[in-house]
Amino acid sequence: MSSRLAAITFNTFREAVRDRVLYNLIIFVLLLVASAPLFGQISIGLEKLILVNVGLTSISIFGIIIAIFIGIGLVSKEIEKKTLYTILSRPVRRWEFITGKYLGLVLTLVVNAVFMTIGFFVALFIATRTFTRDDAGLLLAIYFIILQFFIVTAITLLFSSFSSPIFSAVFAFALFVIGTFAEDLRNFAALAQGVTKWLATGAAWLVPNFSALNVISQVAHGDPIRPQLVLFNTVYALLYSVAAMAVAVLIFERRNLK
Amino acid sequence: MKGRRKSTTVAVLLLIAAFTGSVLALHQVDTIRGKQATLEEVLYIPSGKTLKRLSLGYSSLLADIYWTRAVQYFGQKHQQEALHYEMLDPLLDITTDLDPHLIIAYEFGSIFLSQPAPAGAGQPEKAAALVEKGIRANPTYWRLYFTLGYIHYFDRKDYKAAREAFQKGSEMPGAYFWMKVMAAEMAQRAGENSFATEIWSHLYESTQDAMVKDNARQHLTALSMEREIEEIQRRVETFRQRTNRLPAGWYDLVRAGLLQGVPVDPLNNPLKLMPDGTIQVADPAKIPFLTKGLPPGWKRPVKHQ
Repeated sequence: MSSRLAAITFNTFREAVRDRVLYNLIIFVLLLVASAPLFGQISIGLEKLILVNVGLTSISIFGIIIAIFIGIGLVSKEIEKKTLYTILSRPVRRWEFITGKYLGLVLTLVVNAVFMTIGFFVALFIATRTFTRDDAGLLLAIYFIILQFFIVTAITLLFSSFSSPIFSAVFAFALFVIGTFAEDLRNFAALAQGVTKWLATGAAWLVPNFSALNVISQVAHGDPIRPQLVLFNTVYALLYSVAAMAVAVLIFERRNLK
Repeated sequence: MKGRRKSTTVAVLLLIAAFTGSVLALHQVDTIRGKQATLEEVLYIPSGKTLKRLSLGYSSLLADIYWTRAVQYFGQKHQQEALHYEMLDPLLDITTDLDPHLIIAYEFGSIFLSQPAPAGAGQPEKAAALVEKGIRANPTYWRLYFTLGYIHYFDRKDYKAAREAFQKGSEMPGAYFWMKVMAAEMAQRAGENSFATEIWSHLYESTQDAMVKDNARQHLTALSMEREIEEIQRRVETFRQRTNRLPAGWYDLVRAGLLQGVPVDPLNNPLKLMPDGTIQVADPAKIPFLTKGLPPGWKRPVKHQ
């Protein structure tokens, strides 16, 4: 079982790496990060702050774009090319197929994030000529961004397990935007009354919470991130991704592929 | 078929366990970050103008979100009867930078800012600056002049500035006639209970917002109670002049024909006649904004800083 899962995972990774769109996005991010010192030069005294904000935001946004745009095609492309039938005719379970696809894309995103992080730190060193202890916090922010990728990939696969690629992209992006305002939704639920309160509370717990995973502002200002937050954010991102993938598996198991 | 059933069962169990676990983990994240973690982000935003540039043309939508955050922040702090509202001013500043025509943010935001703690942030200077910013962006909207006059009158006690604000507002299209009357009477009646009652009555009658209406009602109740206390105090003095002694209780005043019965406060609690002839309400904490009839040195209780 594990060898089948590993085969699908690495195959997905290989396919994603071959994708030209992926390379374009990486080059774009690297160019953006490399140009950040120029932004710094026109903002006296804020070079590092701007570089950190631009760099981390780029890593986050482009990673999410990659997760959505590759994620939506993972299932539909296999159906379109009819390769899915070949795969499923072998002793490969549907859940193994969808889980392998998920892990393959997550692996791609982690590798991308690593390259982007290297580019980001190079740009940071060019701009500041030194690293400080506070810069370790930047790695935590990137770790949280990777946790966001876990969730975005899971929800993209969830939508693509039953919907067309275009709608999957729209749904996943909409859920990402809603998730960045999840805490506003919870605050709204806390102040609402009656049925609205229950509905808003339910929706607030159901949508992924991306705001807790965004610590770019804090680390850009050198504020510390508590270790408990790292622990519980990790637990949250993993469990939410598992829950979303479980729904994707349930839907894909019942999907008529004929 | 059997394999599919097994996968389904495992997936259902995983879904239930993982979703429950994620909610519990998120609850822990909330505890670690605090309830106002999202709102604290404003401390990292250099200015609302920068945020406007980054909003890619959706600044009105973002302004609505920030206004909602300001209301939520104020609501939570108000409920706690807090003395400090550090983030209210930056939240309102960002909101109005994002949408300079969001009148509600100037009108209600400035009232949140100006009122003394714990009812508000106790920052009348910042409140006046916020309304002046609103007037610069919306120069013909007369209600903003009324709000500015209200802040100068009640919270800054700058009656000259209040008169000027009412006067300018009265010249704007659609301004209510009483704006002119208030501007004219300001010089003679500034500081009087009846004048304050008039301003609160206008606010009570003209606002559509339940919260502002309730606030105005509470002020009117307190002002009415203060007038009553002043009147009873005069009758106690009359009794003292007639008899050369202070009344031992309310019945002395009733027997002397100075009162109809035992006077009560708005909560129907009897007022207290103290041995030194002063009058006190039974439970001052339950009558917000009351400034007379309070025990000496009494301060409004505070739940949280």
